[in-house]
Amino acid sequence: MKVRARHTGTQVERYTGTQVTGTQLKRYTGRRVFRVTIFALLFSLVLSGVGIAAVAAQASTPTDDEVNAIAKQLYCPVCENTPLDVCPTQACHEWREEIRKLLAEGKSEEQIKQYFVDYYGARVLAEPPRQGFNWLVYVVPPVIIVAGIFVLFRALRSWSQQPPLHSHISDENGGAEGGEGEASQPADAYIARLEEELKKRK
Amino acid sequence: MNEPTTTAPLPRRGVPLWAQVVIWVALVALLALVGLGLRKAQNPIISPGSTVPDFTLTLFDGYTYQSASEVHLADLQGKVVVINFWASWCGPCEEEAAELEEAWRLYEPDGQVVFLGIAWTDTQENAKAYLKRFNITYPNGPDLGSRISAIFNRNLGVPETYIIDKTGVLRYAKIGPFTSVQEIRAAIEPLLAE
Repeated sequence: MKVRARHTGTQVERYTGTQVTGTQLKRYTGRRVFRVTIFALLFSLVLSGVGIAAVAAQASTPTDDEVNAIAKQLYCPVCENTPLDVCPTQACHEWREEIRKLLAEGKSEEQIKQYFVDYYGARVLAEPPRQGFNWLVYVVPPVIIVAGIFVLFRALRSWSQQPPLHSHISDENGGAEGGEGEASQPADAYIARLEEELKKRK
Repeated sequence: MNEPTTTAPLPRRGVPLWAQVVIWVALVALLALVGLGLRKAQNPIISPGSTVPDFTLTLFDGYTYQSASEVHLADLQGKVVVINFWASWCGPCEEEAAELEEAWRLYEPDGQVVFLGIAWTDTQENAKAYLKRFNITYPNGPDLGSRISAIFNRNLGVPETYIIDKTGVLRYAKIGPFTSVQEIRAAIEPLLAE
């Protein structure tokens, strides 16, 4: 016989139309207590869940620093050359609020930047995307720096290999000093040829 | 005395000639590229008298044109098209909002003139609030990716209004707000009569 637990044996009797013994009544009461306890537990769990969610929502409100960390990577077309994090215009203020809203929705930094690119174009990015002609921005400066270092290195090396001027003078005066004269042979030949040319023109 | 002397080859100095040529060519090419890029950025793609390239305007939720949520400029051949750039944060845009809507309601029944509102660098939420505030009913949408404004070189500010004739040629450009419905009509009527 299936019965719904109610308050008293009389009520059970009323619902079922049968007489209830003391043992049966105790069992019904036990079940009732058990169900009430389960309900209370579930209710408190739901309440605590709501409380945790509210606290989490408060905690996840993005701070100005979090907003500005992304804003400084963006430029609003209204005020060119001013990063979004320090731009004082109303348009930029609204863009920062948009970032805050997207952060609160759980969007990542990359997703937010992509949202701005989709909505306003790639020109809003502080760093141009690595594609097409934009590659020049990333390739040309390092190439120029490396080429500059190479030229400088070569120039420094050739300067350091040139013999000092006084050694030529001493050679010219017949005062060659051992191995030093041999080392400066190419330069001597150059000077000798230069002098010869000068003599021809006299 | 005048014995011929054997001339030793001179030691090679500096950067080789071929390298110098390559460096100069690369530098000139780079400068040309930068110059072209700057020129492109500074100059609009079109100016009054030139044909406006086709573009697609995706409309805000709740706005349609002939039951579609997108407007293709190419589909508007044969009509006079009024393109108004605006933003919710723009004060002068508010000055002309009511006049533009009034003018639209004048021309809408005939179907010979189409007004398109384009929200420039605006957030969707604020743009929609602006449209609701001024009860603007003509097709409006965001300039996704700033692609439409790039055609008109929208770098100066808002509002700006461009009017395209029935053949798709840009005929009128106004920087700043209209002050009256009469001013708007004066810009449209000659093109409508052609």
